[in-house]
Amino acid sequence: MTHPLSPPPRKDPQKRSVSPTRPPEVRSRAALHLTAAAAEGRFALQRCADCGKVQYPPRDACSACLSTDLPWQDMAPGGTLIAETTVQTSPRLYFRERMPWRAGTVQLDDGPTVLAHIHGDVARHARVRITARLDQSGQGVLVALPETDTPNMEDDPLMRALSADPKHRRVLITDARSAQASALARALQKAGAAIIFAGEPESWRPYPQRAELEALGVQILPMDVTDTASVQKLAGEIGGKTDILINTARFLRPGGVLDRGDTGFARDELEVNYLGLMRLAQAFGPGMCARAADGVNAAAAWVNLLSVGALSNARPFGAYSASQAGAYSLSQSLRAEFRPSGLRVMNVFFGPTEEDDWYQPLPPPRVTAYALARSVVDGLQRGLEDVWCGDIAQDLRDRFRRDPKVLEREMTLGGEGA
Amino acid sequence: MSTLTDFATRIASGEIRVVDLTHTLDPDFPVIILPPEFGQCARFRMEEISAYDHRGPAWKWHNITMSEHTGTHFDAPAHWISGRDLPRAAVDEIDPADFIGPVCVIDCSDGAAEDEDFELTVPLIEGWEAVHGRIPAGAWVLMRTDWSKRRGAAYLNMREDGPHSPGPTPEAIRFLIDQRDIRGFGVETVGTDAGQGSHYTPPYPAHYYLHGAGRYGLQCLSDLDQLPPTGAVLIAAPLKIKNGTGSPLRVLALVEET
Repeated sequence: MTHPLSPPPRKDPQKRSVSPTRPPEVRSRAALHLTAAAAEGRFALQRCADCGKVQYPPRDACSACLSTDLPWQDMAPGGTLIAETTVQTSPRLYFRERMPWRAGTVQLDDGPTVLAHIHGDVARHARVRITARLDQSGQGVLVALPETDTPNMEDDPLMRALSADPKHRRVLITDARSAQASALARALQKAGAAIIFAGEPESWRPYPQRAELEALGVQILPMDVTDTASVQKLAGEIGGKTDILINTARFLRPGGVLDRGDTGFARDELEVNYLGLMRLAQAFGPGMCARAADGVNAAAAWVNLLSVGALSNARPFGAYSASQAGAYSLSQSLRAEFRPSGLRVMNVFFGPTEEDDWYQPLPPPRVTAYALARSVVDGLQRGLEDVWCGDIAQDLRDRFRRDPKVLEREMTLGGEGA
Repeated sequence: MSTLTDFATRIASGEIRVVDLTHTLDPDFPVIILPPEFGQCARFRMEEISAYDHRGPAWKWHNITMSEHTGTHFDAPAHWISGRDLPRAAVDEIDPADFIGPVCVIDCSDGAAEDEDFELTVPLIEGWEAVHGRIPAGAWVLMRTDWSKRRGAAYLNMREDGPHSPGPTPEAIRFLIDQRDIRGFGVETVGTDAGQGSHYTPPYPAHYYLHGAGRYGLQCLSDLDQLPPTGAVLIAAPLKIKNGTGSPLRVLALVEET
């Protein structure tokens, strides 16, 4: 049984913060598909389209029939631990710092034998569940978990390293005025977050959720993502204890190009949705990267809430979608820039929301703040990079992957003429 | 000694006091809030271009953005639909001599302290004149409410039925324009109209009548308690913005020490 994690002691101010180190990052291009699946929480391997053999490790030609038609498929997680070892030393700094390290081979029910990290609660020769997780290099690795959940299993040091679990961590919600802020705070508290901060723009304007956040014990501090000085100030104050940042700041108005007739709202959309993200990253990013190996409450993740319109422009929110596409692209740059530290960037995509007034004229389904908050926490607990919350986001993702041009054409119908 | 030399000497000696009636341009200073589907007044924002660093080693400077109606600001006739066809209605067209003039300060601070929707009425103006004399033609009339001492949410005083702050009645504004021929009307609140000014007929009467008559507005003034009821001179020169409907500005009052 995993020993439950205690809240970390206060940091010894005389000790140097540990620099982040990383497991090996290099993979073949073929193997990156395993990472891509792990990034959204799926365990996938190649299955030969010609002879049906499941491949492991990922390869360019079938190990049985040399076919190059090797589509990726989600695998059944079941398997049996057939051999294991506990590594006591390693030339890799990352592993040296974490010795001893348990690794072994698992015979999958689907065929191949795979190499996996082994959870501490797995007994010798036991039945296991294989899950694919992203490690601190952002690469997919396989982990053998006990067949059924064990108490505190997420507290195993291996699992902490392969997640961004909010438990014992300090979380900043960047915009307290967001319609999702209180639901997020509630979900994070339930997941064991130590402190929840919330940035509050324009305290001179009242808003209904404030009382709710106060009642939850959220620490409300002034910050407006469009005001560089205010972002720098808050980062100066709490940047050193921001372990997870969830960017809830969002400016949303309906309209594309012609039906607006000016660039006013578009400017606000870019100021908040794109430049706001950049200001936050410039102010909070370096400090979080420096604290990515800072013990139990090391900085772990940066979370962006993005409209699925970031993938393909979604009318009638055309201009807003463009700002979301900008933010999405920027998040990919951030991922690359955070990568050396191991700090994760998680994007949570969603469709129209229940609580944002501007979606009121749209038909259901809509994403509730509760569902979005649950997706955020679940994604952090599983260390995901891409989360698709709700039917609309998942549907658009699938259609985008099938054919982006077909999706674009469907999203830009002109309506029947005479 | 010429008048101007004498004037400069008296400022230097402190016989004429210069009072700053301007709020600092601060990103967190409230602006007027309109229903969200309307265009909004930009807040004041400042971005560093360089600060003696790799972006410019020996100099520091900023880019600033704001609305014409952010912070302590001037409203030109072109700001309102009633004044849009007037000649010289934009800030760049106004006769610069209009930017300097006498000022009457009507103290409504007691009333505003008791009633956040306090109204400046014709009888109140007449009562003020009974004590301080008739408002001269071409004067600025400032409504002192001490609202500039409010901070945070108390300034806009926004509730579910909109903001609550003092202002003039339609009759009072018409009286000041038609009967007293004022140059303009200034307030310590976010607008020359009361917070609930949209519920008068016409809506926003101060804006409607002042600008329709080619008169000016001054908003978000501060420290009106530093001015005497009469005798001071106001300097309020907006930026020369082409076709500008208003402008942030530094408002100064010259007060003769007695």
